[in-house]
Amino acid sequence: MLLIDCPFCGPRAEIEFRCGGESHIQRPGPHTEVSDAEWADYLYNRENPKGEHRERWFHAAGCRRWFNAARDTVTHRFRVTYKMGEACPEAGESAVSEAAPGAVAGGVI
Amino acid sequence: MTRRYSALSLLREGLNGQRGWEPAWRDPAPKTRYDAIVIGGGGHGLATAYYLAKNHGLTNVALIERGWIGGGNTGRNTTIIRSNYFFPESAAFYEFSVQLYEKLSDELNYNIMFSQRGMWTLAHDRHGLEMARRSANAMLLNGIDAEFHDGPSVYAHIPGLNPDPRFPILGGVNQPRGGSARHDAVAWGYARAASALGVDIIQNCEVQDFLIEGGQVRGVETSHGTMRSDRVGMAVAGHSSVLAAKAGLRLPVSSYALQAFVSEPVKPCLDTVILSPATGTYLSQSDKGELVLGAGLDLYLSYAQRGNLPWMERAAAGVLELFPQFSRMRFLRQWAGIVDVVHDSTPIIGPTAVGGLYINCGWGTGGFKAIPAGGWCLAHVMATGRSHPLADAFGIERFTTGALIDEASASGIAH
Repeated sequence: MLLIDCPFCGPRAEIEFRCGGESHIQRPGPHTEVSDAEWADYLYNRENPKGEHRERWFHAAGCRRWFNAARDTVTHRFRVTYKMGEACPEAGESAVSEAAPGAVAGGVI
Repeated sequence: MTRRYSALSLLREGLNGQRGWEPAWRDPAPKTRYDAIVIGGGGHGLATAYYLAKNHGLTNVALIERGWIGGGNTGRNTTIIRSNYFFPESAAFYEFSVQLYEKLSDELNYNIMFSQRGMWTLAHDRHGLEMARRSANAMLLNGIDAEFHDGPSVYAHIPGLNPDPRFPILGGVNQPRGGSARHDAVAWGYARAASALGVDIIQNCEVQDFLIEGGQVRGVETSHGTMRSDRVGMAVAGHSSVLAAKAGLRLPVSSYALQAFVSEPVKPCLDTVILSPATGTYLSQSDKGELVLGAGLDLYLSYAQRGNLPWMERAAAGVLELFPQFSRMRFLRQWAGIVDVVHDSTPIIGPTAVGGLYINCGWGTGGFKAIPAGGWCLAHVMATGRSHPLADAFGIERFTTGALIDEASASGIAH
C-alpha cells in the first residue's frame, strides 16, 4: 500500500490516485514530416525502466489535479513530485511545490 | 540418460526404496558456441528450446535463465488454459496451444495434470449478456467449443453460487475444453524433455549484454562468460524492455505487477474455472484444495514481485459476492508476477530490428495458456527465419503499420 504525497493535498492513500503513465512524452511534428516509425514510437514505445520512472499521476478522489512524480519501479518509493510542465528535479535538488511546501517524497508503508 | 517415467518405473522405485531416480535435467557447464540461444527459462523459453530440438533438429542449444527455471510468471500464474478469444488470428493461435496442451503429458512423458474442467465467463447485466452471446458466437465461428447458458443453467452447472447476489447472474459462456494444469510440471516437463534432446539448461546465469556486429547478433555476454550464436531468442516477459534495451531496442511494453492468491486448502467444492469480469473474480480450486484467485493489475509500472492491498481486497470481495460461504476462509499465500502488457493485448512473436535476435513477449496476464504455441512459433522463426503462419499477425511491425489485434476490447478479457 502506497502513501502518496499529492503536491496539493499532502499524503493520501494509493486508492485515491490513478497513474497516467510515462511523463514528458513530446508529440512529434510537424505532422507532414513525421514518419510511421516516429509516430509508432510516440504512440506505443515506452521507457518501462527498472528503476526510476518519471510518470504522471492524477489525484482522482481528491483535488482532481495532475502532477508529475519520479518513482522507483522496484521499491515503489516516490523520490519527488513536481508540477506538470516542469522538468524533473535531479536527485539532491529540492522539490518545489508551492501548494504544499515540504510535501516532497512519499513513502511506502 | 533420462529414464522414461511409467507405472512400471514407479513400482520399481517403490520396491527399490526410491533410490534410483535421477535428476530430471542435466546441469551442464556452458559452452562458448551454440547454434541457438534462448534467454528466459520460463514456460515460453523452455518450450522454445524443446521445439528447436524436436521440430527443427537444433540440439546445440543453450537456454539461459537468470534465476531458476519456472520461477517467474510460469510459477506465479493461476494456471488457466482456454482459447475463448475473438479475432480469428488469436483464436487460431490459442486453440493450437490448447490442442498441444491436450497431448502434452504424453508428448513430454511428464504429467502436467491438465484438467479440462470447463471455463466459465459470467454475465451480470444486459450488456454482459450481449457480450457473452457475441463471444460464444465468435468462438463457434472460429471452430472452438463454446456453450451459452442462461442464468438458471449457470446455477445448475456451478453448485454453490450465491442464490441472491447483489449483481444477478444472468448467464454465462462455458468453454468445456478449458481448464487448468500444473504450472511447475509444464516448466519441468519441457526442461526434462529438452535436456534429453541435448539442450543445455543453464540456470543462475544472467545475460549482461548482447554481442552485435553490423546489426547482426553474434552472441551474449553472461555472468558465466561469453556465449556465441547467430540466433538468439528472448522470452523474458516482464523484463523484456530491460533486456531489449541492451540490444538498443525500444518496445511497446509496460510492466505491471499482477497478483494472485491461494486460500487454505479445503475439500473439493468447485469443479470448474470461473471468471466474472464484472465482480473482478477469477477463481478455481487446485488439486491440493486451495482456492486459486487472480486479481487485476496494479496499474503503475512495477518490477517488484509483490502486489498491493487494494487489489487483494477487491479480489476477495469479488469472490464473496459469488460465494458468500467462503467468507471465513483465510488466505494462505499472496504473490505477484511482473507481466508484459502491450496496447492491444496480443503477443509479439518474431524478428526484431537486430538481425538474428527474435522476441517473444507481450503476453500480459495471459501467457501460461499460450506456452506450447508461443514456444512452437518462436522456435519456428528462430530456426527458419520465417514467421510461423499462426504468428504472422503477431510481429512487432504491427505497431508501425497499425494492424493491431485488439483483444483487450474484443474478447473482454482483462489483460
